[in-house]
Order: sequence, then structure tokens, then C-alpha cells
Amino acid sequence: MTDELKQDDLVKINYKPPKKDWMDTPVNFRHGTYIYPARAKNLKYLDLPNPREWSPTDEDWKLPENWKDIILNGMKERLDKYRSFKVFMDICVRCGACADKCHFFIGGGDPKNMPVLRAELIRSIYKGNFTAAGKILGRLNGARGLTKDVIKEWFYYFYQCTECRRCSVFCPYGIDTAEITMMGRELLTLLGCNVNWVLEPAANCYRTGNHLGIQPHALKDMFEMLLDDIEDRTGVKIEPTFNRKGAEILFVTPSADYFADPGIYTCMGYLMLFHELGLDYTWSTYASEGGNFGLFTSHEMIKRLNAKIYAEAKRLGVKWIIGGECGHMWRVIHQYMDTMNGPADFLEAPVSPITGTKFENAKSTKMVHITEFTADLIKNNKLKLDPSRNDKLRITFHDSCNPARAMGILEEPRYIIKNVCNNFFEMPENTAREQTFCCGGGAGLGTDEMMEIRMRGGMPRANAVQYVHDKHGVNRLTCMCAIDRATLTTLMEYWVPDVKVTGVHELVANALVMKGEKERIVDIRGEPLKEKKGEDDV
Amino acid sequence: MKLLLAFVIVLVLSAVPYIGIKYAGMSYEFGVIVPYAAVAVFILGFVYRIVKWAKSPVPFRIPTTCGQEKSLPWIKQNKLDNPSGTSGVVGRMALEVLFFRSLFRNTKTELKDGPKLAYGSSGWLWLAAIAFHWSFLIILIRHFRLFSQPVPYLINLLENVDGFLQIGIPTLYITDILLLAAVLYLFIRRIAIPQVRYISLVSDYFPLLLIFGIGLTGVLMRYFYRVNVIGVKELVMGLIALKPAVPADIGSLFFIHLFLISTLFAYFPFSKLMHMGGVFLSPTRNLANNNRMVRHINPWNYPVHVHTYAEYEDEFRDKMKSVGLPVEKE
Repeated sequence: MTDELKQDDLVKINYKPPKKDWMDTPVNFRHGTYIYPARAKNLKYLDLPNPREWSPTDEDWKLPENWKDIILNGMKERLDKYRSFKVFMDICVRCGACADKCHFFIGGGDPKNMPVLRAELIRSIYKGNFTAAGKILGRLNGARGLTKDVIKEWFYYFYQCTECRRCSVFCPYGIDTAEITMMGRELLTLLGCNVNWVLEPAANCYRTGNHLGIQPHALKDMFEMLLDDIEDRTGVKIEPTFNRKGAEILFVTPSADYFADPGIYTCMGYLMLFHELGLDYTWSTYASEGGNFGLFTSHEMIKRLNAKIYAEAKRLGVKWIIGGECGHMWRVIHQYMDTMNGPADFLEAPVSPITGTKFENAKSTKMVHITEFTADLIKNNKLKLDPSRNDKLRITFHDSCNPARAMGILEEPRYIIKNVCNNFFEMPENTAREQTFCCGGGAGLGTDEMMEIRMRGGMPRANAVQYVHDKHGVNRLTCMCAIDRATLTTLMEYWVPDVKVTGVHELVANALVMKGEKERIVDIRGEPLKEKKGEDDV
Repeated sequence: MKLLLAFVIVLVLSAVPYIGIKYAGMSYEFGVIVPYAAVAVFILGFVYRIVKWAKSPVPFRIPTTCGQEKSLPWIKQNKLDNPSGTSGVVGRMALEVLFFRSLFRNTKTELKDGPKLAYGSSGWLWLAAIAFHWSFLIILIRHFRLFSQPVPYLINLLENVDGFLQIGIPTLYITDILLLAAVLYLFIRRIAIPQVRYISLVSDYFPLLLIFGIGLTGVLMRYFYRVNVIGVKELVMGLIALKPAVPADIGSLFFIHLFLISTLFAYFPFSKLMHMGGVFLSPTRNLANNNRMVRHINPWNYPVHVHTYAEYEDEFRDKMKSVGLPVEKE
């Protein structure tokens, strides 16, 4: 995957823009910088327009006959529906403060990856078609006509944005490129210009309940494997329930947690924690996905995919919901779910059955973040923890974009980490908390065909990890996002190969002292808890 | 090219009143009609733009959170960068509008050998922006001396503070220097930083040059080529009282100044300068992050097609039963 990418070449970055005006620079679809288009079957399954087989490198994208009207009407509709879109189209002063805040610009130098210019791609069409000044003055005012090349450019650059919102932190008007990218992608969706890496998981999720298309019986098999591993490593046998009516709590997490390394170790952490607490909870095979690739498609798709969570909570008659470690999932839960699919008046305001703590901050949505739940347990001394079991790990924490910039859940995971590990080191402040850098593969970009863009976009994050690796010998990068766990793993292999990726609750799993456990000699990955002596001397 | 065009436009705009006054005697047109028209366009245009924005609803609550959320009682919330209530939002907006909080965070990213990325603090843009906006505001307020009789105490006070250096006769105002210096910095920055030059449009250079022209003509009038200030005040008071009359011999420099200001007013609502109003309406800043506490209502929320549990079970019932998963229908 990354073999052909030479690091020496990647870091030769030319930040100087070309002489030619950006409007005269057509897009070049080069291997490694674009995602394969969505298969027709996936569009059909989701009732999306213009299903067809095509490729971005084709001259003819087989757009619908009236594509221009579709886009302009679509823009008008969204300008009328979203104040964010309208205001952001109008008030940018092009100060350029956002330019070097984008990880794709920092790692690649393509001027159209400066957030300001990414927005201009669509703002120029807005000006040319919806403002008097733009119509009269044209290019002098930054306006341009809508052509098929514009659509191609949109497709290229709106799928080179991970909707991470870092630029929005620095913008004096709070212009949020994620919002612009979401609008751009919605408009592209109207023409059937989607990417498969987003729509296949979306279609799978619609049908089977999860991105990976795991059917209920197979899902149960997967858990059997995880449970066997837990028993093997801890001696504790766990028997979780699925689709159980009358449970107090429904637990929802991204499917990658129970499907792939290293997410499975985090999932084992949830299972062990809930077992140890004796929590009355259930998993669901129907709502077996916390993630929501609708966020990377359209607002309507967010709502269609998200509806399952409340529907399942209602069907099962639970009181409230806990959500696992995931980034974009939590943007949807926190900022969209209640508005779109609420009110959740059939649920109760969440109260921890273990500590009695009322989660006041989740009283309307009725869904609590797992790190809020666990931090509360630790604070109230409800867990027996042995942090020395994580002693061979030297840990840093990556704030995932959405929990940081769409929620502000910064201290909860840190509190947990500090209680389950002895060696924790922060990355530099310009790369952490609200200024955290994206993994480079969020918002549906985490696919192999995008490898060059991912390794470039992830470079700022990797660079900060490199820093703490060199300074403190950090060998483990913790995060609380399923996309991170997948993409950071590749990123670390490429840039900082000594560092492995882990979830917060994997660390909890290692430290958690369970009733009836055997002597723990291996961690939850099955690797020795303590490094063999003398290994370093070889 | 874009820069040159903006420059030429401002030059032409300066020449128009000069020629009009000097050779065509159009002092009424430039002294009365143009300012009235400009203010009318400004007010109507400004209101129109705000109303147009306000007509689009805010379907989702999407604040950008820049600090710790409100969650468990023992975790300290960052109330200004991640407000959960109205007072926090007001505080956040005040910091943003009065002190440009977000711009203050500005950093400069540098790629060094290694590769090593370094993030230096970069306060110059913020400083210039603050100096520019505040100076502009103070100068504007100082001008109310021309609009009022007697001159209010506060304006005299402001003038004294602004001129506390007491250099020269007439006294040098600090804000005059700051405004011109800041505009110059913002202008040079726009040309000198390749990325910023690349994104700059005529409509980015134009307001800077226009405001520089306004400042320059103002400074020239005050410190170098004195105009008939009594006459100017007479004209302005007449305009305010809706009894416009143009005294003779005010001086063509004043008419250039006035015409450039009129241009700025008339141009304002149709340009990026509307960020002045827009910043108040920015949903990533003016909303509380209380999403899970208080349900936000989307006025156009509509039903969508979903894949129901019944449909799901219909497809997978046998498989579910085979592994002992409970089903609704046997």
C-alpha cells in the first residue's frame, strides 16, 4: 500500500502556489489522490440518483442531462435551509489565517487544500449565480460559471477534506469548512458523484445495521471469538446479551470495534468493564453501528442511518444509551441525533446504576459517552485498577477531531488514561485538544487508494507523535475513534513505526482487576505484560 | 493585475469629485446627493443582507468547541471557549467581536528538515486587525464632533486620550497613525505572502486601498492642507438636520474624502465587509454547546425513508434464530 510512497519525496513540499490563477488550473486525477466512485448497486440500494458505472479519470462522467439545474436548484435550496451555508458564503475576507491550519495543505502544499480556497471552489459558483456583484463583475469579484470541470474539481477537493473543523477554530468568523464540504458533497450526491468507500458502508449499514455488512448470526460469532480471547487472557468468562428486551442500557459502538485489530481490544475492554460492573445492558444487531457515513454523504442520509439507534432503544424498552469510542459517530449523536430523530421521550435521563451520578449533560439526548461513564466510575472508586499492568506502554493521547471540536470531551479520556497507566505524555499543545490534527483519513477518506493523500494529511499528526516518541520514548498512541484506530495504524507504520495504536478502553481492560481472574501475565492482546529482560540489550 | 485594477479604481474614485468640484462646480451633487444616496444604500443594503441571512433557519446546533465541555461536575468546563449557556455564549461572542479571540490563536506552521513541523505563534495579523478595527471605530466616533453641537463631553475626552502624546500642532492622533499603518500592513501582507496573494481578489485589495485613501485624505486635511473646518461642520450639520446647504470654499480635498467615504458606505453591503454583521450570525460561534441537554429544533425537519427493524428481521429471521437471537415474529 505505502511501498511506492517515498518519504523523502513526500516531504519535499512546495507551499508556493503556481503562477497561474486557480480558476485556470484544472484538476488532475492522479493515483493515490482520489477515491473510487460509488458502485451503482450501492446508490440503488439507498435510492440515490444517477446510479452508473464510471470513473473520475473518464472524460465523460455521465452526469444527468439537466445537471446544471440540479446543482443550482440544490444550492438555492440549501442556501435557504442553512444559515451556516449562506453566511459562510458571504463573509469570508480571505485573510488566509486558515491556510496553514489544514493538515492536507501542510502535508501536500496544494493551494486548493487551503480551507479558504476549498470554500472558494463553491463560493465562486455562489457568487456567479446568486449575487448581483458576482453576476456583474464576474471574475473580478471571484465569480465563475458552472462547468463540468467545476464538478470534477469539487469531487476531487471535497473528498480531500476530512471535515475535521481545525480551520474553524482559527477562523475569526468561525467559518467551518466541514459545513462547506458537507454541502459540496450533498450537491455531488444529487448528481450521483459519490465515492464507494463512503456509500458501500452506508448501504451496508442501512441493510445489516453496520458498515461492514455483518449479518446478525455472523456478528454473534465474532463476539464469541472476542469472548474466547478474553477468557484465554483473564480467565473470566463473559456472556453478553444481544437484542435483549428490558435491559436498562443499550450499548452502541462502531462496528470496527468488534471486527478488526486493534479496535477489537477496545471492544474487549467494554465487554470486560460491563461484565465486572454487572451492568444490565444489551448489544443490538440491528443498531450494530455507531458510526454514520451519512455524515459524509448528506444530512438526509445522516438521519436515515441514525434513526436505528432510537428506534432500537424504543423497541427494546431500555432506559438510556451508552456509546462507544468513535469520532464522527459522536458528532452525529451530539449535534444531530436529538434534532433529527428525537425527542427521545420514551427514554429516561441517564443515571449511572453504579454510582448514582446523573449525567445532566445528556438529559435530553439520553446518550452518554463511554469515557464520561468510565471517568465517573473511577472518580467514585468503583473500579479496582492496576495501572502497572500498562507499564511497558509509554502513552500519548490523540484527541479525535469530532470529540474535541464538536463536543469538547477532552478531560474525560485523559482522566481515565492517567488512572490506568503510569506513563502518559502529552503531544505539543498546537497539536492537541481543540488544535488536534486529523489522522488524515476521516470523513470517508480512509481507503487504500487514497494512500498518498492520507500519508500527507496525516503527516502533522505523525510528526507530533514522532516528537513525543523521540523525547519520551512513547510507544503507544491512544485515541477514542474507530477510524483513527484503523488509519493511525497505517500512518504510524509509515511515519513512526515503533508506535502502535490503541483505544482508551483497551488500556482499561489491561488495568482492570476482575473478580475471579487468573494471574494476568499477558495483556489483552496476548502479549507479555512485562517485556523480557535483556531484550533491549540485544 | 488585480491589485493594479483596484488601485486604478480608487484613483478614479478620487479624481471624480476633484474634477466635479473644480471644473463642473458640482459641490451640491458631491456634498449632498452622493452622501445621502450612499447612506441610504448602506442602511437599506445592510438591513437587506441581515434579513436575508436571518431568513435562513439554523437547522442544527453546530458550535465549534474550543475547550472542555460541560459534563461531570468535577471536570472544569471552559465556559468561554465551550459555552453551555447564554452567558457563556455572550462572553464568547464578546471576546470574538471585541478582541478577535479566534484570530488571536493564529499560528504559523513551518516545515523544517527532519521533517519537523513547528508551530510558531503569529500575532501580527491579529495585532494589525485589532489596530485597524479599533482605530477605525475611534476615528469614526471622533468624527461625531462634526455631527453634534455642542460637542459631547465623551467625544472631547476621547480626543484628548487619542492625542495624549501632544505632538505637533494640530495634535497628532495616535489612531490616525495606527489606522494607516495597520492598513498598510494588511495590504503588504496580502501581496507579500504568496498564498494570500494567490487567493486575493480585486474585492480584497479594493477596500484596503479605499480605506487607505480615506485615511490619507483625512490626515492630509488635518495636518497638511487645512480645509475650512467651519464650513465642513456647517455642511454636515445641514445634512443631519435634513436642511442641506453647501458652504463655499470648503476645499476639494474634503470632497475627495467625502466621496471615498460615500463609496465605502455604498459598497459595504455588497461586499465581504459584511463580515461585520455576519460574525454575529455565525452558527459555530453564537450557539451554546448544550446539544445533549436541550433539544434543538429544526423547523424543516422532515420524515425520511428508514430501514425498519421489521424489514431487517424479515430478511435475517432464520439466521437470527439459528444462533439463538430473540425475534419478534417466530
